[in-house]
Amino acid sequence: MSENGPVISIRDLHKIYRMGEVDVAALRGVNLDVERGEFVAVVGPSGSGKSTMFHIVGGLTPPTSGEVYVHGRNLADMTEVERTRMRRTEVGFVFQKYNLLPTLTARDNIAIARHIAGKPLELDDGFREVLDLLGIGHRLDHKPSAMSGGEQQRVAIARAIVNHPSILLADEPTGNLDTKTSEAVLSILRGLNERLGQTILMITHNPDAAAVADRIVHMRDGRIVP
Amino acid sequence: MVNKLVFENLKHRPVRTLLSVLAIAVEVTMMLTVVGLSRGMLEDSQRRARGAGADIWVRPPGSAAIGLSGAPMPEKMVEFFRKQEHVVIATGSITHPIGGLNTVVGIVFDEFNRMCGGFKFLEGGPFTGQGDEIIIDERYALQNDLHAGDTIQVLNRPWKIVGVVEPGKLARLIVPLKRLQELTGATGKLTQVFIKLDDPANTDKVIASLKQKLPDYQIYSIDEFTSLFKVDNIPGLRAFIYVIIGLSVVVGFLVVFLSLYTAVLERTREIGILKSLGATRAYILNVLLRETALLAVFGSIVGILFTFGTRAAIMTLVPASLTQRIVPDWWPIAGAIALTGALMGAAYPGWKAANQDAIEALAYE
Repeated sequence: MSENGPVISIRDLHKIYRMGEVDVAALRGVNLDVERGEFVAVVGPSGSGKSTMFHIVGGLTPPTSGEVYVHGRNLADMTEVERTRMRRTEVGFVFQKYNLLPTLTARDNIAIARHIAGKPLELDDGFREVLDLLGIGHRLDHKPSAMSGGEQQRVAIARAIVNHPSILLADEPTGNLDTKTSEAVLSILRGLNERLGQTILMITHNPDAAAVADRIVHMRDGRIVP
Repeated sequence: MVNKLVFENLKHRPVRTLLSVLAIAVEVTMMLTVVGLSRGMLEDSQRRARGAGADIWVRPPGSAAIGLSGAPMPEKMVEFFRKQEHVVIATGSITHPIGGLNTVVGIVFDEFNRMCGGFKFLEGGPFTGQGDEIIIDERYALQNDLHAGDTIQVLNRPWKIVGVVEPGKLARLIVPLKRLQELTGATGKLTQVFIKLDDPANTDKVIASLKQKLPDYQIYSIDEFTSLFKVDNIPGLRAFIYVIIGLSVVVGFLVVFLSLYTAVLERTREIGILKSLGATRAYILNVLLRETALLAVFGSIVGILFTFGTRAAIMTLVPASLTQRIVPDWWPIAGAIALTGALMGAAYPGWKAANQDAIEALAYE
């Protein structure tokens, strides 16, 4: 798989979870390519396997079989240490429940991602512009408990991209937000994609949310469907 | 950044943090108090022994140097000592145990008063020779709220307190030698003889001479004698200290284990967040171990401060029975033991946190 090919390339991906005595197939042969700078929405009902695919692409869990190439490197061949390193540098996560550390301010939530990646904590001017684009520049010294859901999600987006990852993985980023705030967050993601060329893979239930993407992929029963 | 996260985590759950610090503080206080008590009581015994004013201390053959022994030495030995060259004063005493670590001492008042440089009476005065009379020291008086003129029960009989003296002169309870000899069936017997010389510089020479004449007797200079007041010379004391330290470590271990175990459970999702950001196992372990170390350091500092409180309480409530020293040389030792116990307590929760599955952790509600 070439470095010049798709940023993400998934081939015949299977994932089986062991639930007690029973094997449950969450993915049953997924194939998908995501090009550099592409904004792809993955849509499907609960249990269709989209979150499992999200976790595998993000290096949070290994596949049972199949191949997942990120920048040409097969995740199936990576050790846990290598997958951890990849999460530090190449992938940013945005979750439905924001997943900010409640004890830290917005500024420190962003800074800790820099610290874990071994980068200086000071934010560069370019990133300050991104914070202004996200509209949270004036809320950086507040803790999550003092912020609205929309503000928390924008902080989570800032944290996800602070290390300039090549891929942004967003799992139901508007799932906990009202319509107006959802539109604002989607607009931000779209803006990041257009202005910064950020590759985005977004999971959503919401057809309106999916509509902002360049391409919509449907999943059902652990497979990509037309 | 990790330090900030650790501080914020500790601030986020102030009651748990406070309880953990207090538990470690109690652990440290237990260690420092038991060491301080043993040292304090030994030093107090040393000071009272020195307060006798003797240059040489003679005990009979076969007796323990430090002990609550009876009176196996013939009283006529005092005359023998008085005849020795350089001896200015020789006087005998009986030490009789009256329960616990308490003793009553019988002395020949005039001789002993001369040797020790004179009792300083805070209340009352010396024996008058009328009935059973006792002199007590200030600490015993304070602890038992006693004054000159009061009556106390010692050896199952009433004694009139004729004087309250400054502490530091051999014993807390002092009675006439003859009366104590009668009451304990030790007429004509002594526990020890104190010898004062014309010049302390002659001590070695006199001791050498006495040892030649009395090879079976235990003859010490006051420096030798007081140097025997060591932890290792008190049967079981070192073992007792180790038991208390061991119990302290167990307390610290369990408290930190429980505290961090619940903290790890409570922070399962946050650990998942850190993992999603690319935090390694070592990074997560580092956060928890620093948090533990901080609790141990705070706990140790508070524990050290508590020892000033226990000392004040002891001085107020039982000044005659117990004496506690502040032991700064043990602060780093107690701190290191507390830190070790705490880190041991953090080991399993830390391992559990570091190995948590990221996806399960992120799904944790």
